[in-house]
This record gives sequence, structure tokens and C-alpha cells, in this order.
Amino acid sequence: MPTLRMTLNGQEVTVDVEPGDLLAHVLRDKLGLIGTKISCGEGECGACTVLVDGKSVDSCIYPALKAQGREVVTIEGLGQDNRLDPIQQAFVDKTAPQCGYCIPGMVISAKALLDEKPHPTRKEIEEGISGNLCRCTGYYQIIEAIELARERLAEKGGRG
Amino acid sequence: MWDEYLFPASVEEALEMLEAHGGEARIIAGGTDLVLQSQRGQRRAKVMVDITRIPGLDLIEERDGLIYIGAQVTHGQIAASPLICSRAGVLAEACGSVGGPQIRNVGTLVGNVVNALPAADGAIALFALDAEAEIAERRGRRWTPITNLYAGVGLCTVDPCFAMITQLRFRAFGRGEAGAFERLAKRRALVLPILNTAVTVRLDGGKVERARIAIGPVAPTPFVAAEATEALVGQTPDEDSISQAAKVAAQTAQPRDSLLRGSADYRKAMVEVLVRRALKRAVEAASLPEGKDANP
Repeated sequence: MPTLRMTLNGQEVTVDVEPGDLLAHVLRDKLGLIGTKISCGEGECGACTVLVDGKSVDSCIYPALKAQGREVVTIEGLGQDNRLDPIQQAFVDKTAPQCGYCIPGMVISAKALLDEKPHPTRKEIEEGISGNLCRCTGYYQIIEAIELARERLAEKGGRG
Repeated sequence: MWDEYLFPASVEEALEMLEAHGGEARIIAGGTDLVLQSQRGQRRAKVMVDITRIPGLDLIEERDGLIYIGAQVTHGQIAASPLICSRAGVLAEACGSVGGPQIRNVGTLVGNVVNALPAADGAIALFALDAEAEIAERRGRRWTPITNLYAGVGLCTVDPCFAMITQLRFRAFGRGEAGAFERLAKRRALVLPILNTAVTVRLDGGKVERARIAIGPVAPTPFVAAEATEALVGQTPDEDSISQAAKVAAQTAQPRDSLLRGSADYRKAMVEVLVRRALKRAVEAASLPEGKDANP
């Protein structure tokens, strides 16, 4: 069985995987990180979005061995010591989640966007989450949450 | 799903791996289509040969007026490339409309070609650009026109169990040249197109010197509307000649009735609309002093 070595949420991890394993299953079933959701299972809905070397990918159709030697960030990698990441806090403050199933993927897509482009326009935010489906909210609070996160992060100056 | 997952260090090693498995191994790049096809049993392989770590296949560059795009280059990289945006904007527009960001970050343009679907946005733009592909086989490498790569729906003439496409190339736009891409779909992201079209035009002395119109999915392979192009070449590119070319494109396109995509009549009517819009934008952009692309 091949061994997958990667940096996962800042920590080196080593895990035995089947050659055909997909990253979402390895994260959830072998590493216990169930924050990453599997919904459509075919790269249509974005619930399984994680970052690989800073880029958002649908982990449910991403062969796990592609992550060999890469840096992977899941929703569990955001925030520290029970303090939410500013993006997560903005989602809470704007009441962006309803059922919540799409939210880990939404937050990761928002992070990918804000890391790459700290001052996105509303249209760029819409495009940034265009690979994520939400069946509850109609997206407005999610977009507003990302706008709020953008403003808070710019105030902090950490990304601006 | 498969028994082995290999990372060759060179194109030659990849081809050796394919040969060693006698048709049971298959090239994988981003895998955004292939993983699903494997799960569904539509494309079988025991061994996956992942080419995304071979050095030198990640380039987007211009040499002697030609733009080269390596087999690892993703739709996202093309959509964001200043070179492609300024010298082949039609391809940036097309690649930017594929899937969502997560798919564009992983799926490659070459994979889009090998997958050989007549609706593929990136491939439609490559048809309008009259692109060529470099094929690597055990006996050597050769260039072939993109039109030679399509044998039917999902059927590429390059068999990824025995060979691979290493790069694509096409002429960069010069003065008086531009292109545009238009797409009709039920929503703006994550859905396959009802129709798409990519056009390129070159203007000289106020007339259309050359044009190319590609349309999908209106046939088993991307459709090049040659008669529509003929109607336009030599004309002043005004409202009348553009409308006429768009009409001819609609007459010659053969969309099917589709539960997914709408009736043949509707789609024929929409071919005319999309081709007209694309030609208008391309002509406008080609009329700019510096042969810029038609990116909005």
C-alpha cells in the first residue's frame, strides 16, 4: 500500500492509502477530519473543497496521491485554540449558514479567494464561490459574510 | 479503482510505463473527468500514470509568434495568464468559463482535448485558433492539427493508454486580429453549455481577411462553420455581413433535440445569436489599434 506524506493543516502526516483513494475519503475516513463534507461526490458542489498548495480543489475527485509532498489545508486548519478564523467569525456574525453542510467548502473557497486577492469586488466574490452550491440560503448572507471578512482582514492589515 | 498510481519523471518514462502495461495503464493529468469516468467504468485502467510532476510541461510561453501551452497547464492558469489574455483572449475567456474555480485549478486544457467532448469550452477556442497538438509516442514526437484529434463523442485519436499530448501551440494574435467566446447555459457556473462558440477574425484594410468560427455541441465533434466564414471573408465587417455570417452558421449547424440542452430549433436559433455576438465583439476588438483581445 503506498504511503502518502503531506503537510496537513501545518503538521507533517503519513498515512497508508490505496492507489485509487480520493483525498476526501482519506481525510475523513483515515485521518478523522470530518469537517470536509462529501455531497455530490463528483466535483459539482464544492462541499469537499480543500486547499492544496493554496489552491482550492474538489477533494472528492482528487486522487489522494496527488497530494504527495503538498501542503493541504482543511476547515480544521483554520483558526487556532478555539478562536475562529476571521472568515469563520464573519460567517457566524452574518448568520451565513442555514443547514451548514456547504459551509466548510464555502469558507475554504472564501479563504482561497481572500488569500489570493485581498480586496475582491462583489462580482469577484460571487465568482470565487461559483464552484460551491448551497441549497438553503440563496447565497446573499454568504456573500455578505465574505465582504465582512474582507473588511476585517483589511483593517487588521494582515492581508491587505 | 486502480491498482497502481505512478509519477513518471519524464515523458519518455511515462511512455515506457504505458508500454510496460500493454494498454492497461492510462495517462492522468488533473483527472477531473477521468476520476469520474473510472468510477463509472466508462474508462478503465489498472494503472494511472500521472504526468503532473514531469518537469517542463507547465509552460505558457510565446516563441516566434506562436504560443505554447504544456500538458500540465490548468484552465485556471490559462484564464489568469497575461500572455493568453493579451494575445489569445478567446482562449482565456473559454477556459475561464469551465466548471468552477476548483475544477479550473486542477483540470488541464490538454485533458479537455483528450476527453474529446464536442461541448468542451477550451477545445472550442482551440478550434477557432486553429491550434496544433504535439503527440509523444514511443516512436517519436509529431505535431498534428487539432481537427485531426477528434474521432467522435469522447473519442480522441490519441489513445492515452499508448501515447500522450505534451503541448499545444497556435499563432498569437497580431495587429488587426482578435477573438471572442460566447456561451449559453442554464446558470453561469458549474454546468455544461447548451451551446458555445469561439471566433477569431483578422482585419486588413477595413475588410475581413481571415476568420474562423467554431461551435459546440452541434455535432459529435467541435464544428467549424466553414461556410459562415466564407460568407464573411472579403467583406466589410458591418452589421449586415456579420448577421449574414451568423445566419449561415445557424443554417449549417446541426444541433440535436436534447432533453438536457433544448430543442434543435431553439438551439439553431441561438447559434445565430451567439455567433453574431461573438463576431461583433471580435471585430470591435480587432479594430482597436493594437490588435488586443476582446476581453471585457
